[in-house]
Amino acid sequence: MSKPVEHDYIGLSEQPLPSMEKRSGDTNAEKSGLRLKDTELRLGLPGSESPEREDRDQNVLSLKSFVSGAKRGFSDALDGGGKWVFAGGSGGGSEGLFSPRRGGNNNEGNDLSGSDSGLKDGVAPKPLVVQEKKSQVAAGNGNTAPASNRAQVVGWPPIRSFRKNTMASHPPKNDDNAEAKFGSGCLYVKVSMDGAPYLRKVDLKIYGGYKELSSALEKMFSCFTIGQCGSHGVSSRDGLSESRLKDLLHGSEYVLTYEDKDGDWMLVGDVPWEMFTNCCKRLRIMKSTEAIGLAPRAMEKCKNRT
Amino acid sequence: MHKKMMFSFPDEVLEHVFSFIQSDKDRNSVSMVCKSWYEIERWCRRKVFVGNCYSVSPRMVIRRFPEFRSIELKGKPHFADFNLVPDGWGGYVFPWIAEMAGAFPWLEEIKLKRMVVTDESLELIAKSFKNFKVLVLSSCEGFSTDGLAAIAASCKNLKELDLRDCEVDDLSGHWLSHFPDTVSLVSLNISCLGSDEVSFSALERLVGRCTNLRTLRLNRAVPLDKIANILRRAPHLVEFGTGTYAADLRPDVYSDLAGAFSSCKELKSLSGFWDLVPAYLPAIYPACSKLTSLNLSYATIQSPDLIKLLSQCPNLQRLLVLDYIEDSGLEALASTCKDLQELRVFPSDPFGAEPNVSLTERGLVAVSSGCPKLQSVLYFCRRMSNEALVTIAKNCPNFTRFRLCIIEPRTADYLTLEPLDVGFGAIVQYCKDLQRLSLSGLLTDRVFEYIGTYAKKLEMLSVAFAGDSDLGLHHVLSGCESLRKLEIRDCPFGDKALLANAAKLDTMRSLWMSSCAVSFGACKLLGQKMPRLNVEVIDERGPPDSRPESCPVDKLYIYRTVAGPRFDMPPFVWTMEDDPSLQLS
Repeated sequence: MSKPVEHDYIGLSEQPLPSMEKRSGDTNAEKSGLRLKDTELRLGLPGSESPEREDRDQNVLSLKSFVSGAKRGFSDALDGGGKWVFAGGSGGGSEGLFSPRRGGNNNEGNDLSGSDSGLKDGVAPKPLVVQEKKSQVAAGNGNTAPASNRAQVVGWPPIRSFRKNTMASHPPKNDDNAEAKFGSGCLYVKVSMDGAPYLRKVDLKIYGGYKELSSALEKMFSCFTIGQCGSHGVSSRDGLSESRLKDLLHGSEYVLTYEDKDGDWMLVGDVPWEMFTNCCKRLRIMKSTEAIGLAPRAMEKCKNRT
Repeated sequence: MHKKMMFSFPDEVLEHVFSFIQSDKDRNSVSMVCKSWYEIERWCRRKVFVGNCYSVSPRMVIRRFPEFRSIELKGKPHFADFNLVPDGWGGYVFPWIAEMAGAFPWLEEIKLKRMVVTDESLELIAKSFKNFKVLVLSSCEGFSTDGLAAIAASCKNLKELDLRDCEVDDLSGHWLSHFPDTVSLVSLNISCLGSDEVSFSALERLVGRCTNLRTLRLNRAVPLDKIANILRRAPHLVEFGTGTYAADLRPDVYSDLAGAFSSCKELKSLSGFWDLVPAYLPAIYPACSKLTSLNLSYATIQSPDLIKLLSQCPNLQRLLVLDYIEDSGLEALASTCKDLQELRVFPSDPFGAEPNVSLTERGLVAVSSGCPKLQSVLYFCRRMSNEALVTIAKNCPNFTRFRLCIIEPRTADYLTLEPLDVGFGAIVQYCKDLQRLSLSGLLTDRVFEYIGTYAKKLEMLSVAFAGDSDLGLHHVLSGCESLRKLEIRDCPFGDKALLANAAKLDTMRSLWMSSCAVSFGACKLLGQKMPRLNVEVIDERGPPDSRPESCPVDKLYIYRTVAGPRFDMPPFVWTMEDDPSLQLS
């Protein structure tokens, strides 16, 4: 067996797989050994072996030379693009490297024994996958972001929440401009909803105001069915529609409340947004019946603070 | 005659031999030799390691290893540390505890990482395992101090309670008083507990009666002036983490503290130091010459004080520090700490647009040059050059872990404005034993070609904002023979490389791809074709089949499993179905 067998998980192929009752245990092992190889080839060569491949051409590409590890295939492909220089390259064709196959016919030349001329299609490794983020990719060489206005990206730089929260609550004293430096990065607070099986966390700093926060929360919690609660994460898939939750939030069944630095629960929306983000410790989507009497205290507290 | 010789070793002899084999990899190899070795090994395996809790079911584990005493489980993907995995994704430990509670009353150790642990789970542990000794929860969440109280009260033989970087609902500091008088902890790490009240008297009493205490990591809420009392009660401590290391300077407090530190003759590791006030730092000087590990990553002290401190620590092997150390501090480190093996430099102001400290590639180059034993690096900085990386690579061919985070995504070589492909290429070329690598900066497909060509021992690769096309991903999947974990975010990798290398995924623990360009159609295909993979699409925008198949999915998590699809998924996670009719016969 040429392929190294990875065994950092427990389970041998000869064990029957209990959750897959459709197949018998023994033949499965055999099959999977075979299947892997076939799959690999299959995905490289549509149409050549099995009838059902024909309509999957879009997903497949002529990477046979990759699969067999033939370096010449690369150089054939890439030399024309000019971006990489490989030894021994010859010009490639003009089509993209990963052009989808048409029909089942045109890969006769790509036989499985790894012929070097496998790649009929050339060249130019341009990003062939069109995506919304292409403009970011095309940012190009030597591009450093503008000094100010660095957009906040979720989870970047990769610093664990524990460290972020620890540093945020006590910004470095020795720095002159220390006050909001670390804290300006992000501010994760927990959001719970009465009846939902688990908490969510949101970064208050990424929202511009109450409206954005509110619609983000609506999206987040619209997948819960209110009242159904799996204690260990087994939740029902029949969620509320977004609009229904909106109705609930804007209507009278639920209200959005927050716990402030003093440990009091207040209604969200009564104080200016900046003040809110500075004193909000956690959020709770509360049943209206429990929220009676919260509102009036908010403004008073505000006044006392300033 | 030959056959007779093969079976001439009685099982007990083999078992005895196997007992010297501790590593899981080796144990797994042993079990593959032949049927009888498999049988013997499974009956005598005492420690089970499950790198992905969904790769196998608890029942399967118990069935195969009927006599284990210790289990280690990991749950969420690594990127959950950076909030990329939405809450509720999974990783619940309860089903495991429930299954083991019934079958295994003699379980002694549970070690969990990135799992959701509820109070109910902790209560079940406390109730079910009479000889329970070790609980290590690393980056876990979902429990409160109530659950801890249950553990404290019922686990009379508890030796280790280690809560590392966990999110604990701190309801009350009194859970500490639930420990019985007879308990004799060896290790207690409560550094992650919130700043609510900790019962200091309970803590002192506990420390006083645990005469075998060797590791004690306090939380931030424990004030400086309480440390001396605690240290005096535990003079044999080897590892100690302070709480807040700040107070108004008072000579009596200072001398008390200094005296306490000098009475701990066995201290090797120090941590904590939140809000550090430099005036109190010399109190630890008596302990410095023996220190091998120092975690100052929460201490906001400046380079000059750090240099003074480090000059007292010639035996330091492991240093965690903020970038206040600056290049000058790292140069000092390089000249005094010749035994240094691991260095982690964290950013003090990661979200600022401008650098706030003078920490550049120079510092890392200096350490690489001065510390020949350097093996493991985590370095946050704002600029890098290929030249520096090549120098570092040549200086440190022994690297096993190299994680570089240039704070601004796609930052080019600041000298040449080129991508950093060549620099990282040198790292993988010279560091032949590299097991873990994290990339950053401006990178094209070329760096992946280098990685695929040279990084033959690489087991874990983290990629962000890099690459140009599927070719990049293909290089990695087809070239990195030892690859087990691959995590990718914000890269232009799509369907083609993934599908062409589908078989590779069966040899890896897991693959994470978020904000890339893998289409829903490709996910479905992969799920259909690969019965031993769970292909999970995580998408909070709503069901992926409400959009065209060519639409890229938000997040994708693929892992191999023998347990089949899981059923505890939240509404925004979909597992792609196996389709036996599409498999090859």
